[in-house]
Amino acid sequence: MAAIAVFLIVEAVPALQANQGSFLGTLTWTPNNTEPSFGIAALAFGTLLSSLLALVMAVPVAVGVALFISHYAPRRLAGVLGYVIDLLAAVPSVIYGLWGVIFLVPLVQGPYEFIHEYLGFIPLFGGDSVGGHSIMTASIILAIMILPIIAAISREVFLQVPRMHEEAALALGATRWEVIKTAVLPFGRPGVISASMLGLGRAMGETIAVALIFPATFGISFQILAPEGNSIAANIANGFAEAGPIGRGALIASGLVLFIITLLVNTAARLIVARRKEFSGAAA
Amino acid sequence: MTAIQHAPAIRRISTGRRVKDKIVQGLVYLSFAIAVVPLLSVLWLVLSNGFARLNMEFLTHSMRNIGARDAGGGAYHAIIGTLEQVLLSSVISIPVGLLTAIYLVEYGRGGRLSRAISFFVDVMTGIPSVVSGLFILAFWILALGMPFSGFAGALALSILMMPTVVRSAEEMLLLVPNDLREASYALGVPKWRTIVKVVLPTAFTGIVTGIMLAIARVAGETAPLLLTVFFTDSINTDPFDGPQMGLPLYVFDQSRRPTDVAIDRAWAGALTLILIVMLLNLVARLIGWWRSPARR
Repeated sequence: MAAIAVFLIVEAVPALQANQGSFLGTLTWTPNNTEPSFGIAALAFGTLLSSLLALVMAVPVAVGVALFISHYAPRRLAGVLGYVIDLLAAVPSVIYGLWGVIFLVPLVQGPYEFIHEYLGFIPLFGGDSVGGHSIMTASIILAIMILPIIAAISREVFLQVPRMHEEAALALGATRWEVIKTAVLPFGRPGVISASMLGLGRAMGETIAVALIFPATFGISFQILAPEGNSIAANIANGFAEAGPIGRGALIASGLVLFIITLLVNTAARLIVARRKEFSGAAA
Repeated sequence: MTAIQHAPAIRRISTGRRVKDKIVQGLVYLSFAIAVVPLLSVLWLVLSNGFARLNMEFLTHSMRNIGARDAGGGAYHAIIGTLEQVLLSSVISIPVGLLTAIYLVEYGRGGRLSRAISFFVDVMTGIPSVVSGLFILAFWILALGMPFSGFAGALALSILMMPTVVRSAEEMLLLVPNDLREASYALGVPKWRTIVKVVLPTAFTGIVTGIMLAIARVAGETAPLLLTVFFTDSINTDPFDGPQMGLPLYVFDQSRRPTDVAIDRAWAGALTLILIVMLLNLVARLIGWWRSPARR
């Protein structure tokens, strides 16, 4: 762990010293020019925005799927369905990327234009033009990719809800939804939160699928339908082949930032899980 | 029925509550449908487009001397690369991961060191794959001056594989009943022999399943290979020297090319990759079923 950080820093320092712009503030990425200038801000922004959007889309669906498997589906079917969801997680990310580029990008063009036409007054959907190679498309693919993880962990947590709590709620005349609202969700909330954070970490580190989607532009813009966007990981994948020594150092520096961000998110998630373990142990 | 009639305090569930219940049920069903549709779409496209191009030529030819707009060519070099890289990374990470798990369960027993290891394994699980590739690039290739090679890719993959192996092996070892260990000790068997002859065989199935799933996971990783193995269109069977190819890398490379023949190759590569991953998953499940306690 420490070795990873040390070597990334060692290799990044020469590039950072050669940097003519500010690493935190510059909005361009031209480390291969004679006057190298690059900054992390636009990339980090793209990473965070696309991952958060993906999380917003994935979490409600994932919780629904987990509830379906744990509380709605017939017992026999539930095992099979759980396996199907795990299967989603086993599909390599490059295949989602391929699917996204060939299938999803043309597919979303129409709906995007529709939204742009009628809801364009909202800054989120505004911009000069809309296109499939946008932050929104990348987020959709990320959402599909992190959904199985969140669903699997949430399912485990929902299955751990003490039978007594549910039966007590049923005995008071609760409908199925009221059982879930009063017994299952409160018990499972920390688990769902930590599952979401693990999913967030996964989404931020995801490289190949978004590298195929993002058109590798630079800039900070909230117009999620516009054909622009980039992320740290995608920039590494797209820029590596052409990078010179300084360019590689710059990419390594950006990887270091990604490493630190995901480390923070994942550690927070683990801490929440650990706290919950103690709590449920005391309650049992 | 009579009980309800004699108990007027119990009333029917009000319409509002019933409607709410049904709405939530509908939402839950809907969300499941939303989750399954992309999977079916992905699988269908990969199968239909992949089988159209997957043939013996694809499996036995490389991309050498195939121009950007030429049809033909295949993924032989990529398949060789993937198999070698995954094999090498398994050779590195399985022994290390297994020994770590044995330490954690049999020797560590909740001490400070084992708790620290456990925490680091947890955090390592969350390392983005691209960062592990960057680390090997910075350490192995830039700092030590080694060339781009399949072995460097295997190193990067083993960083991703190790925590998965440790986690699954640890869980399986914890499932081994303590009675078995104590019975072995009671017969005067030393600790290491107990572990080798009693604990490991008991947990064998689960460990193999976990390892298979870990292999299946790294077989589909692209980003670390991109940074450590680099690209080549030729067959390179030596994983220790010179750029290699990998199937995920092949799919990535082909899908970035704008021509239809390249896209077709990408689909066929994706199908080959899925078949390999699914085969590994299937083998894992078969082993789990074959050696499961229920069958003994």
